[in-house]
Amino acid sequence: PAPAPVGGQASRPEPAGLKREGLTGRVSRELWASRGFGPVGLSAQPRPRRPPRWLRGFSSELLPWAEGWWPSWAGSVLRRAERAAALPSSVTQSHIWPQKSPLQTIGEEQTQNPYTELLVLKAHHDIVRFLVQLDEYRFASAGDDGIVVVWNAQTGEKLLELNGHTQKITALITFPSLEACEEKNQLILTASSDRTVILWDCDTGRQVRKVSCFQSTVKCLIVLQRLDVWLSGGNDLCVWNRKLDLLCKTSHLSDTGISALIEIPKNCVVAAVGKELIIFQLVAPTEESLEWDILEIKRLLDHQDNILSLVNVNDLSFITGSHVGEMIIWDILDWTMQACECNFWDPSPQLDTQQEIKLCQKPNDISIHHFTWDEENVFAAVGRGLYVYNLQMKRVIACQKTAHDSSVLHVAKLPNRQLISCSEDGSVRIWELREKQQLAVEPVPTGFFNMWGFGRVNKQASQPIKKQQENATPCSLELIGDLIGHSSSVEMFLYFEDHGLVTCSADHLIILWKNGERESGLRSLKLFQKLEENGDLYLAV
Amino acid sequence: MISAPDVVAFTKEEGYEEEPYNEPALPEEYSVPLFPFASQGANPWSKLSGAKFSRDFILISEFSEQVGPQPLLTIPNDTKVFGTFDLNYFSLRIMSVDYQASFVGHPPGSAYPKLNFVEDSKVVLGDSKEGAFAYVHHLTLYDLEARGFVRPFCMAYISADQHKIMQQFQELSAEFSKASECLKTGNRKAFAGELEKKLKDLDYTRTVLHTETEIQKKANDKGFYSSQAIEKANELASVEKSIIEHQDLLKQIRSYPHRKLKGSALCSGEMEHTQDQASQPATTSNTDESADTDLYTCRPAYTPKLIKAKSTKCFDKKLKTLEELCDTEYFTQTLAQLSHIEHMFRGDLCYLLTSQIDRALLKQQHITNFLFEDFVEVDDRVVEKQESTPPKPSPGRPPSRSLEECPIPQVLISVGSYKSSVESVPIKMEQELGDEYREAEVTEMSSFDPQESLDYLDMDMKGSISSGESIEVLGTEKSTSVLAKSDSQASLTVPLSPQVVRSKVVSHRTISEDSIEVLSTCPSEALIPDDFKASYPSAINEEESYADDSEGAIHFQASVSPPELGEAEEGSLENTSSQADSSCCIGKESESLRVPLSTPAHSPSDQDGVVSIPPQRYRQKDQGFHVDFAVENANPSQDNSSEGFPAYELDPDRLLASRDVSKSSLDNSDTTSNLSSIASTSSDRTSSSAYPPGPSSERHKKRAGQNALKFIRQYPFAHPAIYSLLSGRTLVVLGEDEAIVRKLVTALSIFVPNHSRHAKPVKHWISSPLHITDFQKWKLIGLQRVASPASAGTLHALSRYSRYTSVLDLDNRALRCPLYRGTLVPRLADHRTQIKRGSTYYLHVQSMLTQLCSKAFLYTFCHHLHLPAHDKETEELVASRQASFLKLNLGLVNEDAKVVQYLAELLKLHYTQEAPGTSHPTLRFDYVPSFLYKI
Repeated sequence: PAPAPVGGQASRPEPAGLKREGLTGRVSRELWASRGFGPVGLSAQPRPRRPPRWLRGFSSELLPWAEGWWPSWAGSVLRRAERAAALPSSVTQSHIWPQKSPLQTIGEEQTQNPYTELLVLKAHHDIVRFLVQLDEYRFASAGDDGIVVVWNAQTGEKLLELNGHTQKITALITFPSLEACEEKNQLILTASSDRTVILWDCDTGRQVRKVSCFQSTVKCLIVLQRLDVWLSGGNDLCVWNRKLDLLCKTSHLSDTGISALIEIPKNCVVAAVGKELIIFQLVAPTEESLEWDILEIKRLLDHQDNILSLVNVNDLSFITGSHVGEMIIWDILDWTMQACECNFWDPSPQLDTQQEIKLCQKPNDISIHHFTWDEENVFAAVGRGLYVYNLQMKRVIACQKTAHDSSVLHVAKLPNRQLISCSEDGSVRIWELREKQQLAVEPVPTGFFNMWGFGRVNKQASQPIKKQQENATPCSLELIGDLIGHSSSVEMFLYFEDHGLVTCSADHLIILWKNGERESGLRSLKLFQKLEENGDLYLAV
Repeated sequence: MISAPDVVAFTKEEGYEEEPYNEPALPEEYSVPLFPFASQGANPWSKLSGAKFSRDFILISEFSEQVGPQPLLTIPNDTKVFGTFDLNYFSLRIMSVDYQASFVGHPPGSAYPKLNFVEDSKVVLGDSKEGAFAYVHHLTLYDLEARGFVRPFCMAYISADQHKIMQQFQELSAEFSKASECLKTGNRKAFAGELEKKLKDLDYTRTVLHTETEIQKKANDKGFYSSQAIEKANELASVEKSIIEHQDLLKQIRSYPHRKLKGSALCSGEMEHTQDQASQPATTSNTDESADTDLYTCRPAYTPKLIKAKSTKCFDKKLKTLEELCDTEYFTQTLAQLSHIEHMFRGDLCYLLTSQIDRALLKQQHITNFLFEDFVEVDDRVVEKQESTPPKPSPGRPPSRSLEECPIPQVLISVGSYKSSVESVPIKMEQELGDEYREAEVTEMSSFDPQESLDYLDMDMKGSISSGESIEVLGTEKSTSVLAKSDSQASLTVPLSPQVVRSKVVSHRTISEDSIEVLSTCPSEALIPDDFKASYPSAINEEESYADDSEGAIHFQASVSPPELGEAEEGSLENTSSQADSSCCIGKESESLRVPLSTPAHSPSDQDGVVSIPPQRYRQKDQGFHVDFAVENANPSQDNSSEGFPAYELDPDRLLASRDVSKSSLDNSDTTSNLSSIASTSSDRTSSSAYPPGPSSERHKKRAGQNALKFIRQYPFAHPAIYSLLSGRTLVVLGEDEAIVRKLVTALSIFVPNHSRHAKPVKHWISSPLHITDFQKWKLIGLQRVASPASAGTLHALSRYSRYTSVLDLDNRALRCPLYRGTLVPRLADHRTQIKRGSTYYLHVQSMLTQLCSKAFLYTFCHHLHLPAHDKETEELVASRQASFLKLNLGLVNEDAKVVQYLAELLKLHYTQEAPGTSHPTLRFDYVPSFLYKI
């Protein structure tokens, strides 16, 4: 297929052309950018969307009105406003519809979306990057302003504010208390750019201990409960005991530092340092030597680019994802590659008229930011898309290539086959993994009609490809709802079974999303409890 | 002292003899010339125009022992207020009836002067010649230099409307008692201080005298005393006696608060007791007189002087001023209280009564009233509620039950209270009797039966008298006519009831039928009927009359455009029988309080042209209004009483309009010349409200109502917009012109439910991009549209958060919001409503919303609706039970249920919140598609 005349289209917004694009459903961000619709990829910038449901089908006489304040689907905001100022509305009205975006959208009617109530929590003054669940009703948040805030997930009440760090917080982890330990208070460890690590008591807000002898910023923390030690990863890897005494440390590993740490069996940890995976083994004190030691066992150099995500999915394997979209499944015991999936970003062989305008050629678009997993599948956030990789079949069973307008930062699996993703575009989306049906049924009628000459030729031509494509993904991810609230990148979220969803964002806010019906019931319960306490409930009787 | 001829009827026989009993003819009555006193600048409904003062004022007078009765000051302290009214003469009149202060000084059989802690006397006095009627509150202040240590004062509330004085007697009495108490407290303090000084003087004098006597004794060894020495001894003796007297006085004055705590009823006996005790240590001694010596050391606080033992009554010296008599602090406090009283009772009696009923009813809804009431007023009411004695719940019949029993709450306004006060008030009551009566009153009140209202009212009045007060009805002339007139007086009181006012107006309207009908259940652009346009002319007229609405309802009637008239008549033909009159907002209230699905058994039958609105009776209680519920038409006197009053006097619209006008003349300096000219001619006494002017003022409400009315008439998609507000979906009003946006936001804010008592979730004007927190905080936002790239962020935010908002674009006359198919909002905001005036519409909205609140209350507090009946009951079952309750019991269809559900959530939050108003409720929303409406 020949390249499309991008420049020409950009300078000449032609309704027909737009329509054609709309039908194909494939428009690259570059195309948008080249058309002067402003830069793309910034989380603050809106991506063009289809017109909302309510506007579809309205005749064009409404458009001059609509374009004034409804610019998101009409193209980039700036562009629209300039045009509106320069031209009479009659000139612009005919082509403000954007072409169909590949981004799957859902209308305002979201019957399956349970989150009909939200509470905005304001305490931070900068980007909120980390959320951690403390117990069944509390969570802590931390971010670039250096403070840690403990919240009540039910009421949204701010319980504590932990001030101690002078710079942004780079890692946050709960510190499980020992069974034997008297103190049952919930502890958390925070690491900050001020090169300190602080152990906090989340019940009292007390700063239990503070370590400030780091040579570099600690970027990741891990607690090895079995050994009752914790590790901090910066430019080197340090091992600490519960009392925050340094037990041992590695030599300087890299200037970029350790980006991720996981624990694997045999007292080993895997550290992601740049493109490399380094496996360290901890040597606990024995009768011979009373000292702890940490040994580098192996380096795995299979990734082509920086490793962004590292998780262990089950007892057998762990997974890494890199900046260029390589996902490698490793055996957890012998550290060999079990499978490698490197072609997430390969555009599937669709016969588009503008196939050359590739969607995902920028590395950023295929970087794997986050994984989550369940027994069968690994869910990967790859660039803007979501991919479901089946561990047994060792292949992608479902994908949503553009699940968001911008990079997906965090994904989580809910019990009911639902998946939640959040993105730099400021939205949170709820997906459901569904088995595709009627795969086998569809070709038959086509063939039937073909036989009688009813079928369209081009349809027939496209049939095998489509079939192949569909066969490639036996399941599909259906969008069942989206949560719009944050005005900037949603960094992370936390799912509470009982209290809903907590999202944190670069707009300094934390939003608590709740099931409105359930909350209403809870409020009623509270009301009647109070009535009973006041003795008003049985007055009539 | 009152002499018999003073006790007399009230003026106005002329006015009532002729007009009331004639059948009022109609249409021309609405023209101004019919009002006889129009040229004199009085209000049409204020029947007394002969008064020489322009509005009510408060007069403080003193019975000076030197010059007799004299006026001291007036509130407001403005000569324009009382004009040519003879204050001196009136002071004489009001002071002449103070008999309680007469016995002071040395009571017979007592050796020492006793302070008589007389209760204040409260008197109603009329002077038909002056056209003045007054509530007179007598009090005595103590002054060491005065005769008998007392200075009689009185505070008088002077009004040209005797009904006002009579009907508001309890309130006036309560308020003036506060002022009086304040004065007296300050006075006791000052008096005690004065006594202390005097005692020090006396003590010093005695020491000096004693020393001199001793010196003389020693110097004189002849065995006999010189006449000089005897004189000295006598003087010393009198000093001693004076000291004891003053000590006694000091003890008495200091014992006052102690006795006060034990209750005023015990006063007399207690007082005797303490005084007996105080007089025991009385001893005398003879000492000689002595010359001046400086033996005594000076104290820093007060330097004692040598004084004469005998206090000489000197008539040449200047008496202390009122401010000196009381502490300055207390004096200013009293003045503040008095001007508060003046504010509180400003305005027409009708208005005072309605607002009192209103407030009393609102107090009953203490759980729901935060939703739509102005929070300032509600706050005030809460304070008031704390101050006033709470209505005692009756053992057998809790108010809630009676509410359930009677679907239509009615305010009972007693007709006969005035009459009874005239006929049956004894001048004085035995104090012991008082307590019994008071108890009787309480029980009577709780089990109130409309049929017994008259007896009961007698009881009521007696009860109030029993608390150490006395009521007298005085007049200068025609005292003999009182009894003969009692019947007519009973009817005279009737026009003061707002109920009558309304029904009369209704009877005179030809287009009286309801204009509220369900126009379209599914408003969308395609469905906008053409006849919407027909209502626009009326909107234009509205605009005109809005500009100079001070001219009152007459102007309005004239300016109704023909199309609208025709349309309205059509409507009336269709809906004659079942619907209440829409021009009568309270009539609607009674209608709307009914559940729509209920049987029309209660709907008023109006074959005779008079909408038989449930009778409302008014009666007074100690400090506030007792409101009861009863079945309609329970009051047999209603039919008679409603007759005989020219409708033009009673037009509530005009009443309110004039209130506004006069208020504006009082409170706003920027009124137009038209307004001010009318304001200056209309009597100021009808102006104002019980509350100080603020954002929630009458004028403000009227404006809001007017603009809301205009919005409803101009925008066919007003219903979904209002539904958005009621269901808690933020409505963003987008426009370029700040003034227009602000105006509309203010207008629409009457539909916005409050989250708490403390803040209305309305942002009138904002130009920065909206944020998610804004939707949590505000439910109505005026947003600036800028036609420049700078507004991109704003617009982007708006589109991004479109699921949380409805957007009303003023410049393009378009609305984007969810569909509304309910029946509630069409009744609330009918574009074909016959309501013409903003204030009327405001009241209509309030009543509809109150009805809504009661539904929400019912829904919220129905136990079985929200809790599973047993463990195994699923949430779906509970939800379906809720849905069926909303639909079948509350008569809510489609989206109306969501409104009530939203209000219920607010109620729950408000009720369960520990500290109300501290946090914003969560942002609730639905995933429903929005639609675009455009004119």
